[in-house]
Amino acid sequence: MKNQLFALPLACGLLAGSLLTSGAQAADTIKVGVLHSLSGTMAISETTLKDTMLMLIEEQNKKGGVLGKKLEAVVVDPASNWPLFAEKARELIEKEKVAATFGCWTSVSRKSVLPVFEELNSLLFYPVQYEGEESSLNVFYTGAAPNQQAVPAVDYLMNDLGVERWVLAGTDYVYPRTTNKILEAYLKSKGVPQEDIMINYTPFGHSDWQSIVADIKKFGSAGKKTAVVSTINGDANVPFYKELGNQGITADNIPVVAFSVGEEELSGIDTKPLVGHLAAWNYFMSVDSDANMDFIEAWHSFIKNEKRVTNDPMEAHFIGFNMWVKAVEKAGTTDPKAVQEAIIGVTVPNLSGGYSAMMPNHHITKPVLIGEIQENGQFDVVWETPGLVVGDAWSDYLEGSKDLISDWRAPLSCGNYNVVTKTCAGNKE
Amino acid sequence: MGQHHYRALLSLVTLPFLLLVCFFPAVAAQTATQESFEQGIHLLKSRKFQEKNRAVELITDSGDPRSMDVLQDLLAGKLFLLRTDQTVVQVKSAKGGYAVTGVLQQQDLGTLQTRQLKKITINNALRGALKSGIAKINLQHPDPGVRANAVESMLEEITADSVQMLEELKTKEQNKAVRRELETAIAISWLKGNDEAQKLKALDTLSGSLTPVVRNELKKITTQENSEAVQKKALQALHTIEAKVKWYAKLETLFFGLSLGSVLVLAAIGLAITFGVIGVINMAHGELIMIGAYTTYVLQQCMPDHIGLSLALAIPAAFCVSGLVGVIIERSVIRFLYGRPLETLLATFGISLILQQTVRSIFSPLNRSVITPEWMTGSLAINPVLSLTTNRVTVFIFAMLVFTTLYILLKKSSLGLQVRAVSQNRAMARSMGIHAAKVDALTFGLGSGIAGIAGVALSQLTNVGPNLGQSYIIDSFMVVVFGGVGNLWGTMLGGLSLGIANKVLEPWSGAVLAKILILVLIILFIQKRPQGLFPQKGRAAE
Repeated sequence: MKNQLFALPLACGLLAGSLLTSGAQAADTIKVGVLHSLSGTMAISETTLKDTMLMLIEEQNKKGGVLGKKLEAVVVDPASNWPLFAEKARELIEKEKVAATFGCWTSVSRKSVLPVFEELNSLLFYPVQYEGEESSLNVFYTGAAPNQQAVPAVDYLMNDLGVERWVLAGTDYVYPRTTNKILEAYLKSKGVPQEDIMINYTPFGHSDWQSIVADIKKFGSAGKKTAVVSTINGDANVPFYKELGNQGITADNIPVVAFSVGEEELSGIDTKPLVGHLAAWNYFMSVDSDANMDFIEAWHSFIKNEKRVTNDPMEAHFIGFNMWVKAVEKAGTTDPKAVQEAIIGVTVPNLSGGYSAMMPNHHITKPVLIGEIQENGQFDVVWETPGLVVGDAWSDYLEGSKDLISDWRAPLSCGNYNVVTKTCAGNKE
Repeated sequence: MGQHHYRALLSLVTLPFLLLVCFFPAVAAQTATQESFEQGIHLLKSRKFQEKNRAVELITDSGDPRSMDVLQDLLAGKLFLLRTDQTVVQVKSAKGGYAVTGVLQQQDLGTLQTRQLKKITINNALRGALKSGIAKINLQHPDPGVRANAVESMLEEITADSVQMLEELKTKEQNKAVRRELETAIAISWLKGNDEAQKLKALDTLSGSLTPVVRNELKKITTQENSEAVQKKALQALHTIEAKVKWYAKLETLFFGLSLGSVLVLAAIGLAITFGVIGVINMAHGELIMIGAYTTYVLQQCMPDHIGLSLALAIPAAFCVSGLVGVIIERSVIRFLYGRPLETLLATFGISLILQQTVRSIFSPLNRSVITPEWMTGSLAINPVLSLTTNRVTVFIFAMLVFTTLYILLKKSSLGLQVRAVSQNRAMARSMGIHAAKVDALTFGLGSGIAGIAGVALSQLTNVGPNLGQSYIIDSFMVVVFGGVGNLWGTMLGGLSLGIANKVLEPWSGAVLAKILILVLIILFIQKRPQGLFPQKGRAAE
């Protein structure tokens, strides 16, 4: 009820605004939708991505826009409210006639807008690491799939640090549950026995970590090298790391590798107890490359604050946006169907000094980096994959998904083709 | 890796000695020392962690007086390379940049900017190597406490070959505590050897030890040992140890429960006054806690160099700020709604949203980092399996102090007398000349102020952000209703028992289910005893 009350005047305002602007500019601009929460709980993370999109669009316009037309950002606020995401997506596509949309953070918001994009046949670029097990014709996944973040991180711990005992700790919702299921299957395939894996889930915003950390400590004192793989989300991380520090668990005896802790999250906390703990991403602000330096400089001058950090989802938007621009230029039109076909195989520079390509399964190639947290809230890269890793929509380690592949090129054109039964399970064009 | 690594260390230690004996006594030793030190420093320039690891080994074993300093600086991230010519330098932050000193020549290189320097990065493997390297050098440290710690941290790397070195250390050692540590170490290395008599002797020494390394060694012996006598004895020792560990685990759970309980008591005790004594359902109670936490943050920002002092000052400050906000809420809204609980509930819920948004607008929606003073980090190690974290102990003591103060205030002061009088019979109290409206405002202010104090404590345990209050409001109501409305003892016992119940259930059912189970238990309890643990008696109950 509350949201409807707020949404009504907002929608009216936007409608009026768009009527005014579209009359004057409709012919010579291309509209790009930005669908990120600017209020509510997710505003912390998503507002930054909205600003990133505005910056990228502004820069593109300075270079002359796309196809000789200027780009115009249409920003809406789905207010961290999942059903509202679908409404706002519909508004962007039907009323605003955007050529493509960049947005969403949580998996549940993506799942909520997915039917809208499929029904109205429009394009969504999704910039956040996620649990995989999905491939839609209308969505481009520029964040990491589990095999581009979780699995290489486990490999690093296993091979470089000699970890033999594993704690999989996560917040109780879909991303950690799916990721941990994949990791558990992966570890077992590597010969790790059940008694060397401990799985633990906690509620959102959990703040009393005493007994869980004590359990981890006990689990880790069995003489085998132990590590924690953390899919703990958001707020709960601070008391978790604090408790680790207080109970004397340091990064060199039980390292914690996190998949949801980045520069932005570290900027609000005292990082002293965290030094040496790890995070796996495809980009770190500390990456030493010219592309990255330019990006950081542009970001600071756009946001007018030298202290703001950059992070992995921002890079994903950077890549996704450039891919879309290149595909539009290649296709010579913004028509979703044409762009969809043109974008597969498109290669653009990423920020870590290499190139990323859009694959037929709508995921991209990325390097995987492991960084250690430093006292200044930045990461030092201690390991990276020798080459690029191709995002895998369907995990090879889960029953029911290991036989599936996704290939949106003709003649297959299927998001979940079963290579054993040779059938497409319904996710077709 | 441990064994191999250690042997390499040993051989490196002996190398300079051999040289010393054979050829040019003093000079050769010194040059060897210097050479391996210099070689180590040179290797640090490498980008490969393996080579850096080798460098740490070389520096550790060089015996050079500078090594300790270099290793510690490397661990602390104070060792840099000059971008120009790759000289390894030590760096101290100074005005307008970094004060830089060369490691090898100890020459002063003046003040440089970050751009001219490149940090020598370390990873966790290297961190481990550095710590054991420092421990190794620390075996010779003049302070016995440092020596004992050094022995303890080396336990994992002990092999059957370490006996001789350990024995040597033991004969030289004067301090009892260090000798005991060394005896444990020697026993472990005996266990790893082949002599049965020695093994049995070692088991005698180790039978009461709670050190995890010992436990793991014993476990290995019970499965891998050939000699039956040794195996039997090891099993016995293991049983004694396991029984002890179990007992301490129970104590630990009790401590965790008490600690969680004390947090609940702190959060709820203000509510016990506003809800319990004057009957106002204050949904903004959580936000008053939040205001207390933000007061702590602001004070810390004002005096960044005195973290401990700012925390101490935050207690009265948070009491005043939250109390004042509470009085304003009472005077401007709640007093018009006395006797209309539903409206009070809605109005205070509205206030809580307004307060949250105000904080978002002033401080941004991001969490603020409140620094914990040094003395509140870490833990008090009672033995290797039981240690109590300092911040939790502090918060527990603090909660008890707040409770006692409040209890005395209500029982002994004239304000307390008036509050109790008004809450028991308003009309009678007024006819006795008590200014009921003033007492209402003061009581509400008192409850709010206590919430503010709870905020100071919570700022040390959890995130300080706009949502802080929301995560405690439900728990607070639960404690007050469970303990019995209007009874401070009820709140106290209710909070502590809920905390303990939660922690007992948690390992068995998981954190998510434990919370649900507690809620179900409380609902069942309230069905049976609607007045809670300690019902109010007599006329006040109506």
